[in-house]
Parts: sequence; structure tokens; C-alpha cells
Amino acid sequence: MSDVSFVRTEMLPEQAPPASEVGPIGWIRHNLFSGWFNSILTLVSLYAIYYVLSGVLPWTFQSVWNADSLNQCREIMMAKWGSTHGHACWAVINDRWLQLLFGFYPSHLYWRPILALVLLLIALAPVLYSERVPTKLLILTAAYPFLLPFLMWGGTIWGPISAALGFVIGWGVYTVASKQISGLIGIILGVVASIIWWLVLSSYFVGAMDSILPIGIEAVQSRQFGGFMLAILLGVVAIGVSLPIGIVLALGRQSDLLIVKYLCVGFIEFIRGVPLITLLFVASLLLNLFLPPGTNFDIILRVMIMMTLFSAAYMAEVIRGGLAALPRGQYEGADSLGLNYWQAQRLIIMPQALKISIPGIVSTFIGIFKDTVLVSIIGLFDVIGLASAIRADTAWNGIYWELFAFIGALFFVVCFSMSRYSMYLERKLQTGHH
Amino acid sequence: MSELAIDRQIDRSKMQVSDEVAIEINNMNKWYGAFHVLRDINLTVNQGERIVIAGPSGSGKSTLIRCLNALEEHQQGTIMVDGTELSNDLKNIDKIRSEVGMVFQHFNLFPHLTILENCTLAPIWVRKTPRKEAEERAMHFLEKVKIPEQADKYPGQLSGGQQQRVAIARSLCMMPRIMLFDEPTSALDPEMIKEVLDTMIELAEEGMTMLCVTHEMGFARQVANRVIFMDAGQIVEQNEPEEFFNNPQSERTKLFLSQILGH
Repeated sequence: MSDVSFVRTEMLPEQAPPASEVGPIGWIRHNLFSGWFNSILTLVSLYAIYYVLSGVLPWTFQSVWNADSLNQCREIMMAKWGSTHGHACWAVINDRWLQLLFGFYPSHLYWRPILALVLLLIALAPVLYSERVPTKLLILTAAYPFLLPFLMWGGTIWGPISAALGFVIGWGVYTVASKQISGLIGIILGVVASIIWWLVLSSYFVGAMDSILPIGIEAVQSRQFGGFMLAILLGVVAIGVSLPIGIVLALGRQSDLLIVKYLCVGFIEFIRGVPLITLLFVASLLLNLFLPPGTNFDIILRVMIMMTLFSAAYMAEVIRGGLAALPRGQYEGADSLGLNYWQAQRLIIMPQALKISIPGIVSTFIGIFKDTVLVSIIGLFDVIGLASAIRADTAWNGIYWELFAFIGALFFVVCFSMSRYSMYLERKLQTGHH
Repeated sequence: MSELAIDRQIDRSKMQVSDEVAIEINNMNKWYGAFHVLRDINLTVNQGERIVIAGPSGSGKSTLIRCLNALEEHQQGTIMVDGTELSNDLKNIDKIRSEVGMVFQHFNLFPHLTILENCTLAPIWVRKTPRKEAEERAMHFLEKVKIPEQADKYPGQLSGGQQQRVAIARSLCMMPRIMLFDEPTSALDPEMIKEVLDTMIELAEEGMTMLCVTHEMGFARQVANRVIFMDAGQIVEQNEPEEFFNNPQSERTKLFLSQILGH
């Protein structure tokens, strides 16, 4: 038997890694040519990339930007490259891009959707980048839901003010009633007061105020809305409203109150079980059968409601996943400190559940944003509807690729931004080992 | 479980048991479904007592102390904590929870908040303490558990022992009259158990009423004034630590002690 005893007298110093492990050569060896199979895959992939780009790049860049019709485009291509094949005719975009963006919105009012978009970005800033933007901007964020319809549809300013007043009245009734009677009754009375205001009193208020002090801007009809603007409008509303509704539904589904629980489960399962197209047809056709004749229930508003409900059902399930991933200890930790249910949800549970759900939430956002193109099927002129309309013009009859490439690029920019933001947010909220 | 040596003099000057009753449990029973997990528990804890609850796993000791702040519901009998009865009334439950601190086996710190925010959250939202005051108090208790320099880090960046000390500080920030410890050292490496025990001893030296579920028999011997042994959902034996360890009465207790003390 040998002697097993061993004592180290000095600790080993750290040494630099061998050259094959670091630097560009190390990177290439590790990532591209780490074995014969991976080397073959790398070469095949490189060829595939070359093949695709060699077709797409000339098509994109050896293209015609100025022409009045597809035929003229082709003449220019023949003259320049001797073939009409493999060259894009971007002239159609050059000719019609305003229409693709704004639909039939009156051109002298284009500043209004543009201003609405700029204000949207400013209003989002304190929410998206809370640590870099002054919190005072949140006032704009709170006002934005009322500013947006005013800018887009125009008309009297008393409409949005009256809508905002509904919230103020509800809040007022809640604070008084919850002090005098009890919290739950306060909530119920507050909601009832707001609903009564919106459904019954608000129209008298708007009428009266408008006759006393007629302030307003030029009104735009819903049927003039269209283009990418419509996609953004529907997307922003569906995304913005579905997140809070989704949170409430997810909490409701976990509730101990049986009726609340099964109402939420029923709603979620029904909406998720029905295609969005069906809901949109219900919004555009069927609702008219149920509403009293002569009611003017705006089509875009109806579509917004349907898309919001659809997105909220998916959102609820995504957030439920986040809630399920939280260890029980978090609830117990919050309970043991004496936090009540809503405090625990708001301060402990939701921040963590939402953080876990970020990838799923953003996927749902991106999904609902892209689904807005489905409204072309019920006759709204969104980008896809406009593309068909443009093709119906004899000048551009037969043009497909360029229009869809442009539409695809528009959607890609927005969806890719959302995706990158979600990754930024995940990194920012990372609080484990660094 | 080894018996970790406590290598310091314990200052017993403030370890006074008063006549004032802190917790009173009468004929308490609890079931999980059909399983009778706690059976006819009767226990009175006076202000200033340091009680260690020991017993094999599944004996109901954690369930017992979790009943004391209504993390678990009991079905029969009464529990009075600091003069307030634990009933289904949410106001009573929230009141008791804010008076009773709890330390868990897995710390249950809030990973999305910094150490300081973990400590100030409940004082600010439950006690409505002004933020500045809450932060000062949090720093005071973080110094007490000897990690003030970690205040701006997140729980995930701390070692287990440090996290458990933060958890103790977090509870103390609510100025509780009673502290419950649910196996506070069971998830820790041996090196870290000592730092947590030291913190607990300091707390005992200041006269805090403590109920600890623990396997640290050294702590029980030197700090506790009473050891309770539970098995199969009932209190089998309780005594002063000296008597309990040297002269156990019940066969069940003898068996348990021989197993954990490794004689």
C-alpha cells in the first residue's frame, strides 16, 4: 500500500487559457467547425444563405422606383436589364404608400394620427423605461386613452371629457361609499355609478356642454379609417386593454369564490375555443340583429372590443402560467408579514408572475397585432384590404410581391421591436447571480 | 443531526419569562382532508419564553406553528395570540400576522426586491410607516444581523445563511412580539448554520418570545427554557431542556433522542 497522505504547500496560480480556446480562431473552431458533421452543416448553410441572398438582393435593389403603372415598370426593366424577371417594381409603393399607411383618412388631417402616434410613444416611455423617464409623464399616460379617440375621430371635446368624468364619478362614489359602508359595496356602487353615467347621463351632458361651449375638431368617420394606421390603432387598444383584463381573469380563475372562478373559466374557454374570425363576424354582422334598430354602434369600436376580449383570454392563460410557476413560499412570506390579498398580489405575486410570463405576454401581443389584418375579411380597409384595392386599379393590376413585402416590412419592424423590448425587460428584471 | 457547539457565553440577564400569556392553545385539532394531523393540542406560552419544538418529520410540528399565524387553518379548538382570537375574521388574522414574525426553512425572501426593500415593504404597506423611518429601522436590524453592506443587493446574490439572516431582519422590522421559526437552519450548509443560530441567540438574549421548530439540539439545550417533543400530531413530552435531554420519560422520546444524538 502506498502512502495516501498528501498536503498541498502552495496554492496553484491562475493560468491563461491555450490559444485555440480564445480569440476569433477559437470562436470559429468552437462554433463552426467543431467536427466533420458540423463542418458540413456550416458549408451547406453558407451555400443556402448565398442562394437566397443572390435572388433577393438583386430583386430588392435592382428595382424601379418611379413609374405610373406596372406596364411602365416593365418597360423600364426591359430597357435597363433586358428582362422583367428578378426585379422589383417599388413604384407602386412610391405611388401609394400614404394610402397604405392611412387608408382613406382625409389627407389634410394626417397630422392627427401622426400626433397620436408620437403622443403614444411619449405616453409609453414612463411605462416602458420607468427608471430613465420622469414619472410625471404618467399624467400623459393616464390622459392618453381619452386623447387617442379625440385625435382619431375628432368631433366635440366633450365626448372624451365625459368619458373621463365617468371614471372620476365612479372613484368619488367608491371613496365615499367605502368609508361610509364597506369596501366591497363601495366598489359595486362605484362601478354602477360609472355605468349609469356613461350609458344614460353622459349623452345629455355632452349635448348640453356642446351647445354652451362648442369646442371640437373636424370629425372623421370610421369607414375612412384604414391602412397600417388601423392595424396600430386596433393593436394598441387590444394590447393595452387586454393586459389588465387578462390579469383580472387569471386571478379570478384562481379565486376561492366558486362563481367568480367558473365565470372566468367559462369566459376564457369559450373565447379560446372560437376562431377570431368568427368573433369578428359576430361583431360586424350578428350584433346588429341584437341591438335595437337605429343604434349606431361603431364598427371599429365593435372590432376593438372583440379583439380585446380575444387577446385577454389568451393573456389570462399566459399569466396563469406565471402564477403557477411561483413557489408557495412567496404567498406565505407575504401572508406572514400581514399583507392583505390585494397588497400581496400587487407587491409580491404579480410583479414576479408577470416577469416570468414576459415571453408569453409579448408573444400574445405580437399575435394579436398581426391578427388585426383579419379585419380585411369583414370589409375594413386595413393594409391587406388596401393591397387588394390597389390591385383592382388597372394601373397596378397583377402586382403582388412588392405590396406584401412592404406590408411584411411594416409589421416586422413593430413586432421585432416588441420582441427586442421584451428581451431588454427580461435582462433588466434579472435579479439572480450576476 | 449533529449537535453544533455554541462557542459563546449566553447572556441570560434579559431572558425573563413573565406571567403575561402570549399564546394560548386550547383543545386544538386539525385535519388535512381525512388525515388527523394535529390532535388535541393544549399549550400556553408566556411572554419571554423560548420554546423548541422537536420531533420526527411528519409529526405535525411545522403545522402547529403555522397554525399560530393562520398560514394553516385549524378546525377545532381555540388559539389566542396576544389576546386576539384566531378566527375566520380577516381583520384578526391580519392583526395577528403583523404582530407575529415568521422565519421559514426556505427563507421566502422576495427575489424581485432588494434586501432593503424586502425589509421595508411590510412596515410601509401594513404599518403605514413613513419610508424614511422604515429604511432607518431596516438598516438598524440589518446591522443587527451583521449584513448592512448587502442592503442594495438582491436575495439571489446572497448566500443561504445571509438570506436567512435577512429573513429574520425582515420579520423584526415589523416589531413583532413573538417570533416563529420553522426549521430555520435545515436548508443551510453547516458553515452557515452557526451564523443563523448566533442571530437567533442574540434575539433570545433580548427577551423575544420565540417558538422554534428545529433539529439543533445544542440550541435547544442552551437557549430554550422548554422543549416540546411531538409525535403523530400530539405533544408527547415537554420539559426543561436539562431534564428533557438527560431524563426523558416516554419511550418515544428516548428513541428519538438516541437517534438524533447518535449515541
